[in-house]
Amino acid sequence: MTISWARAVTGTDAMFEFFRLHFAHVCIVVLIAIGFFGMVAKRNFVKKLIGMSILQSAIILFWLVSAVKRGATIPIMTEEDLNAAAGSVDSALAASVDPANYMNPLPHTLMLTAIVVAVVTSGVAIALLVRIYRKFGTLEEDSILEQL
Amino acid sequence: MIRSASASLIVRVTARTVAPLIQVFALYVLFHGHYSPGGGFQGGVMIAASVILMRLSHGTRATQRLLPTSAATRLAALGALMFLLVGALAFRYGGEYLDYGRIPLADSEPMRRSYGILLVELGVALACITALVSIYDDLVGARGHGDGRDV
Amino acid sequence: MRPDLVEHSPVLIPLLFLGGAMIVILLSMLRPRLSHPIAMGVSGLATILAAFGLERVVSGGTIHYHLGGWTPPIGIELVLDPLSALLVLMMCGVGFLVLMHARRSLPSELPGREPPFYALSLLLLAGLCGIVLTGDLFNLYVFIEIVSLSSYALLGVGSKRAPLSAFRYLVMGTTAGSLYLLGLALVYMQTGTLNMVDLGEILPSVITTAPVGVGLTFMLTGLALKSAIFPLHGWLPDAYTDAISTATALIAPIATKAALYAIIRILFFVVPPNYTTELTPIADLMCVSAGCAIVYGSVMAMGQKELKRMLAYSSVAQVGYIAMGIGLASPLGYLGAVLHILNHACMKGCLFCVSGNLRYTIGHSYLPKIDASVRRRMPWSMAAFSIAAVSMIGLPPTAGFFSKWYLAKGALEQGRWILLSTLLLSTLMNAVYFVRMFEQIYLRPTPEGESGRAATGEAPRSMLVPTLVFAALLLILGLANAVIVAKVLEPMLGGLS
Repeated sequence: MTISWARAVTGTDAMFEFFRLHFAHVCIVVLIAIGFFGMVAKRNFVKKLIGMSILQSAIILFWLVSAVKRGATIPIMTEEDLNAAAGSVDSALAASVDPANYMNPLPHTLMLTAIVVAVVTSGVAIALLVRIYRKFGTLEEDSILEQL
Repeated sequence: MIRSASASLIVRVTARTVAPLIQVFALYVLFHGHYSPGGGFQGGVMIAASVILMRLSHGTRATQRLLPTSAATRLAALGALMFLLVGALAFRYGGEYLDYGRIPLADSEPMRRSYGILLVELGVALACITALVSIYDDLVGARGHGDGRDV
Repeated sequence: MRPDLVEHSPVLIPLLFLGGAMIVILLSMLRPRLSHPIAMGVSGLATILAAFGLERVVSGGTIHYHLGGWTPPIGIELVLDPLSALLVLMMCGVGFLVLMHARRSLPSELPGREPPFYALSLLLLAGLCGIVLTGDLFNLYVFIEIVSLSSYALLGVGSKRAPLSAFRYLVMGTTAGSLYLLGLALVYMQTGTLNMVDLGEILPSVITTAPVGVGLTFMLTGLALKSAIFPLHGWLPDAYTDAISTATALIAPIATKAALYAIIRILFFVVPPNYTTELTPIADLMCVSAGCAIVYGSVMAMGQKELKRMLAYSSVAQVGYIAMGIGLASPLGYLGAVLHILNHACMKGCLFCVSGNLRYTIGHSYLPKIDASVRRRMPWSMAAFSIAAVSMIGLPPTAGFFSKWYLAKGALEQGRWILLSTLLLSTLMNAVYFVRMFEQIYLRPTPEGESGRAATGEAPRSMLVPTLVFAALLLILGLANAVIVAKVLEPMLGGLS
């Protein structure tokens, strides 16, 4: 019943299929839009900062979504796995050490660095906001522009 | 006001109980960084979270023994320097920078790289812990100069 | 020099700066007086190492440095080829001279907070050298963010408006960095590699697919905002003007150039040769934006009464020249762009040092009040100012002439008449403006009542020497121009369109 309702809402079967298959990407696009809206439309500096933070998180999620493979397992392979698979002719064991059956760990590693960058950017931004508050007494963009 | 201890007994007791648990789990995450999900940054952030939890619930002055505010930035630099020096050790043994495989820490090359990364992760964790706690201390003004001049 | 040290120079140069920054922080409690000597020592060593690296690369060929012993494309590599060696030398040299200048100017503008400032400057220089040396696109993002974060912090102190302009710069700059990261995700998903050389080999086969097209566009837009290319330059005038002059002197000559280097590296050496001209309208867009930037920057600069603000707007125009070189997408355009990067660094370095000298001795840098009495009092600073002005106009034998010459030849060869005329128009506008300044400095008599002011003389030596060295470099680079083009820049043209 939910599916027919959703089909009715989104209009066509093809569009619903698109949303179903690319659900993660749709969510990420929505997050990017929310982040941009916050940065551009909101008048308070803290809200702009939150919008920027949402934008950065959305892009980090986009990288992570690219690492996923259908039916793949986590990218950790121990020596026991290797030794067990080396001496046997069992096709399942051989498949378990085939690199193609593991998720791509590289985007996760890169995004660790990106998360650190995002955290430090927020830290510097909050430090600047503290200075702005001490000098102007407010964090609303309109009041500050009046004072200049 | 934000620097003083919390008035509620429940908050103080809960924080005192939970913080060591956070730290133990953080050490687990830290030491498994080169082997499974985890690592220096993640473990460091969790330990920093436990320190900030203690600062929030017990006040900045009472938790100075846990991590002194004046030493925080300098310890961060020390952590980063540890990272740089471990990488530079590879020069001594004839490899490129960060080539942990050349440093004589173990017998097989993967184990040498593993231990090299572990040392590096310890430096990173130290830098992360002290940097995050230092950011918190600056934001609540714990490093005040007493004469109203902003830092 | 022991051969192994120069071989490791691609990693040693950023490492020296990083280690120096950490040591400055560590010692800042015990011996705050040591922070400036450490900063100078570190940047001096890095400059020497960069000079040896350039000499080695010109005679011996490109150095590929594999970090951690992992070969690319699995590992990250640092590349020292003639272009990056030249630019690294420029970054380290400018950093060294400005840090020397900062010994006196910084305590007068930011008393008591020098150790953090020097630590941030060393981090900035580490990031800049890293941008120029890296051969991996994600590593490029990390170093770009290091440079940006250090600049937000350096530009955010001093006056009342400084944190506000720095916050605006932060929001725009971080959006640009996120855009670059998004584009890189798309390119990585399609090609599977992040190494520049490897990507260059894989790209021709996938260049027409949607992810690569969109991804490259996002990446270039993000880098364009960081470089302050025309419509995306809005953060620059406020951020550079409201900061303290030492911070602007450090950031203005070199920080935007690093992002421009990244654009040059991607558009000239990674994407296939016909990408900017036939597959996408990037070349034409760059030329249009360059023309607008040149006109807008020159006009706005001429209308300013305060030296720092004028220099900020003129930076927008100079970035326009470099963008023009990129937009021409030809060997002449490449030569013009790289030479202009060098020249602009020395010109702006000289002018910002002069501005610092003026603020130190007479307390302001308000242009209408700078007349012959100032020139009598500070003859050397005004002489350096004159040389830099001549270079900005673009007269031989200063360096400014040669970069404009290559750009003009490139525009002529492609028949871009509008671009050529904007180039000539801006040269004319600069000439009118600076000749007016010369008349003010050298010829206008002092107004009544001010001639009795006690002349305490020129700026101190530690501030004067960098100013004069920059001015001398403008002349040297101009005269040695042919050598630079032949030995350093032409060899890179082998792989160009």
